[in-house]
Amino acid sequence: MTNAEIQAVVLGALSRIAPEVATASLKPDVRLRDQIDMDSMDFLNFMLELHASLGVDVPEADYPKLATLDGCVAYLAALVGNAQPAGGAKMR
Amino acid sequence: MPSAPPGTAEFRMPSLGADMQFGTVVAWCVKPGDHVRQGDIVAEIETEKGVFETEIAIDGVVTQLLVPPMTKAPVGTVLALLSTDGTMPPAAAPAAVPAAPSPAAAEPSKPVVVTAPAPPPSPPVVAPRRVVPRASPAARRLAEHQGIDLASIEGSGPERAITLADVQRAIERVPPATPERPARVSPLARHIAEAEGLDLTTVTGTGSGGMITKTDVERLRTVPPLPSVSSIEDRTAAMRQAVAAAVARSKREIPHYYLGTDIDLQKALAWLSSENARRPVTERILPAVLLLKSVAIALRRFPALNGFWIDGAPRPSSAIHLGVAISLRGGGLIAPAIHSVERLTLTELMRALGDLVRRARSGGLRSSEMIDGTITISNLGDEGVGTLFGVIYPPQVALVGFGKITERPWAVNGLLGIRPVVTATLAADHRATDGHYGAQFLAAVDRLLQEPEAL
Repeated sequence: MTNAEIQAVVLGALSRIAPEVATASLKPDVRLRDQIDMDSMDFLNFMLELHASLGVDVPEADYPKLATLDGCVAYLAALVGNAQPAGGAKMR
Repeated sequence: MPSAPPGTAEFRMPSLGADMQFGTVVAWCVKPGDHVRQGDIVAEIETEKGVFETEIAIDGVVTQLLVPPMTKAPVGTVLALLSTDGTMPPAAAPAAVPAAPSPAAAEPSKPVVVTAPAPPPSPPVVAPRRVVPRASPAARRLAEHQGIDLASIEGSGPERAITLADVQRAIERVPPATPERPARVSPLARHIAEAEGLDLTTVTGTGSGGMITKTDVERLRTVPPLPSVSSIEDRTAAMRQAVAAAVARSKREIPHYYLGTDIDLQKALAWLSSENARRPVTERILPAVLLLKSVAIALRRFPALNGFWIDGAPRPSSAIHLGVAISLRGGGLIAPAIHSVERLTLTELMRALGDLVRRARSGGLRSSEMIDGTITISNLGDEGVGTLFGVIYPPQVALVGFGKITERPWAVNGLLGIRPVVTATLAADHRATDGHYGAQFLAAVDRLLQEPEAL
């Protein structure tokens, strides 16, 4: 999956949890919980959405790594395998 | 309250909480001739707080539905009649015939209908059993406002529930109504309107002979119609009124006392994270579940905090149904109950909590969940506050609050350490209990949280 595809999945999950949020205007490097009204149940549901759409099971200890949109994309890209590394330059 | 004749019973508009005065029958889920059992859902009823799947309290056979769907009625209004002795008025019995029997034909031999108190003069309504699409209250209101059939919308929410955004998308898809007498529109204006899906029927032309021009259309574009706003504001305002009525009554009638204690959660959270590390994401437990369970177990030993104060006397409840305060997106508050919490395992309780929050926000709560709470738990800690001073939900006699779990300096055995700590508070009705009793209860909650594996 490309980063853009992963980001689309993440934004889709967030919009189902918080329908009132304009996901296009989310700042990628600011904590999601500072931009979206999310409690711990919402965050768990976010993890469940990612589990359902990407098949990933994020351990609780890694939750802090998914605090921002950028963080989500980077973490999930590493987990699901990323066909297009950031920057586009393949090192192999 | 007038009682129904022998062998018959009434289904009345229930009171789904101290703050409810009116309800609207959104849809019937039964029709005359249907056998119902206690706990069956017979109607969807909407209050300021949403749409609730409303259960019946008795076994019987539905003989007559007295109000059509979308009827608003005060609490206590008779909505349907039932036969409890197995007999049916002959005309209503063959339920396979969907035609509505006339009132006269409905009662040749049994006095079921005529002696029932105040049936409206309108003919009985025979509603076909239909599956009402799951939809959030805001979505339902907007769809109703716009005349859109919910059944035509595909839901994108949890369990395919229809969300506000789904309805808004459906509204966008509906072609603008064609004016009865087409206004004169300049080709350019028509082109813009069609490309952008603008409705020209409401536009007054300013061109020659009243022709709608490009300028008129552009004005329309800058002021988009926002029909959804008013309905959302209506809902928010109605919800505000409902909360206002409940808390005003609480503060007027209930002499509150308040206690608070800090609880060290190190053991509980360490146990929970090792437990969660073993569990797949679908089975993971939130700290709130440990707090709920510990309160429920402690209440077994402090029954006077669990129950009601009615007509000047305490009415403790033997069942422990925890009302969980849930804030709704877009504003408002609701506290549906999880039944018999003390009997649930942590896994079951987590599932029940997740299910309850989801249904509170997207529709599908049951009337019993709104009625049965014996105490309320509020966990504002997720939103960052340290201490919560609760307002008791009448006629309950206590509210337990939990603040944010924070790392704090904590002295243990003469040493200073850093521990995750939560402030637990109790707001209780001083008519029902005294501070000493409340303090012992909070101490019991603390002790239970020190042995998380036993919860």
